[in-house]
Amino acid sequence: MTMPFELIVGAWVATGLTLLIFTFLYKDNPLFKLAEHLYVGVSVGYIIVKTYDTVIVHLVVKPIIDNGEVALLVPVAIGMLMLTRYVPKAAWMSRYAFAFIVGMGAGLAIPRTISSFILKQIEDTVRPLLSLAGPDGVTFSMNLLNPASNLNALIILFGVGSVLFYFFFSIEHSGAGKAVARTGVIFLMISFGAGFGYTVMARMSLLIGRLTDLIEFSDASYGRPTIWLSVLIIGTLIVLGRRTKPTPPEV
Amino acid sequence: MIFLRRQLPLLITLITGLLFAGQYYVPHPASEQMLTSATKWLQIIGGFALILGVTSLFHQHAVKITRQEAGWGYSLVLYAGMLGTIAAGLWADGKEAVDGAMTAFGWVYNFMMVPLQGTMFAILAFFIASAAYRSFRARSREAAVLLVAAVIVMMGRVPLGEYLIPLSGDVSSWILNVLNSSVRRAILIGVSLGAIALSFKIIFGVERSYLGGGKE
Repeated sequence: MTMPFELIVGAWVATGLTLLIFTFLYKDNPLFKLAEHLYVGVSVGYIIVKTYDTVIVHLVVKPIIDNGEVALLVPVAIGMLMLTRYVPKAAWMSRYAFAFIVGMGAGLAIPRTISSFILKQIEDTVRPLLSLAGPDGVTFSMNLLNPASNLNALIILFGVGSVLFYFFFSIEHSGAGKAVARTGVIFLMISFGAGFGYTVMARMSLLIGRLTDLIEFSDASYGRPTIWLSVLIIGTLIVLGRRTKPTPPEV
Repeated sequence: MIFLRRQLPLLITLITGLLFAGQYYVPHPASEQMLTSATKWLQIIGGFALILGVTSLFHQHAVKITRQEAGWGYSLVLYAGMLGTIAAGLWADGKEAVDGAMTAFGWVYNFMMVPLQGTMFAILAFFIASAAYRSFRARSREAAVLLVAAVIVMMGRVPLGEYLIPLSGDVSSWILNVLNSSVRRAILIGVSLGAIALSFKIIFGVERSYLGGGKE
């Protein structure tokens, strides 16, 4: 079965760009910079097209033409006010646009933050420390693997309380307060460590994805771009390395 | 003039702020409709904000090219990538695929943007590892706790780790679901309190830095 031409070209381009970025592991070099700038260019171009399609076409032009929603010209006018930043004498008019966005954002944030991020979080933290078991009994479940167990509820309560106390500077952290604050630090360190480990594994997952592509594109059906482009890029790096004269150390 | 330049923007902030804060407490269809429309409005205005950022990037690299400063060739590459993607995107009406067939814009996305983005973030794995080696050396009890938590979570996320340390999967889940979530919850509560205080300061005109500098 023959591979479509655009897929073969795509495989070569994707492999080349992947390898160009990987050259940074050797050192900062012109090949990496080339791919880096191309990345910025393509990303910005992509965002421009997507924004144009989503905002201008689907949120402004089509509703106005198809449904006659002329009220949408108001946000367009407010948005245009932002562009007065480029006219020094009229730049103050852009404040209306920023005032509208910031005011609206602040207004929307207050009740929703209180509801979702404070009250809901406190509600989930302050849970019953004992559970009902049967018609007239209570139990304390010790299962650590169940996040909803009573023991975990106690740990979460203590964790939230100690971390909040650590960031509360209105009273001195001494005596029992110092012990609570220290516990808060331990909780924080565990969380930072977990966050770090999780991020590393997410990056590893991306790396595996890229290496899988490189292995797939080393197949003969694509013309073995991984092999040929690796040789080409390594050769280019060697040539560039020889052309770059070592700079004498500054005295 | 001072009213138009300084006080009217503050008045707009006050009115919109109070209006949309109050909207939450009015469970009426008209109120919901206002929120839906306002969200759409924000998206539209946000689109214009993008123009500000992109123009700045355009200008910076255009200056580099016209003055032929060091690395101006890379700016040309950036321009070529950007204009090429825009042309492909407009040609394809912003769609990556039409009737299951990949468009030129989809080709740019799949074979240029995805590999570039994926690899750019993937190489961070190496740098994170080397940074970890430098910073994670257990020089204190806190650093040791951080190191142990990171290792357990890393081991618990892959089959090999679970094979080498059988309990790492369960312990990793416990760390992430219980210890980590308690800290995230505490930080979220703290950040939210700060955000609310800032929002009030903005609405009542105490915080005005978003209006920028200028003479008046």
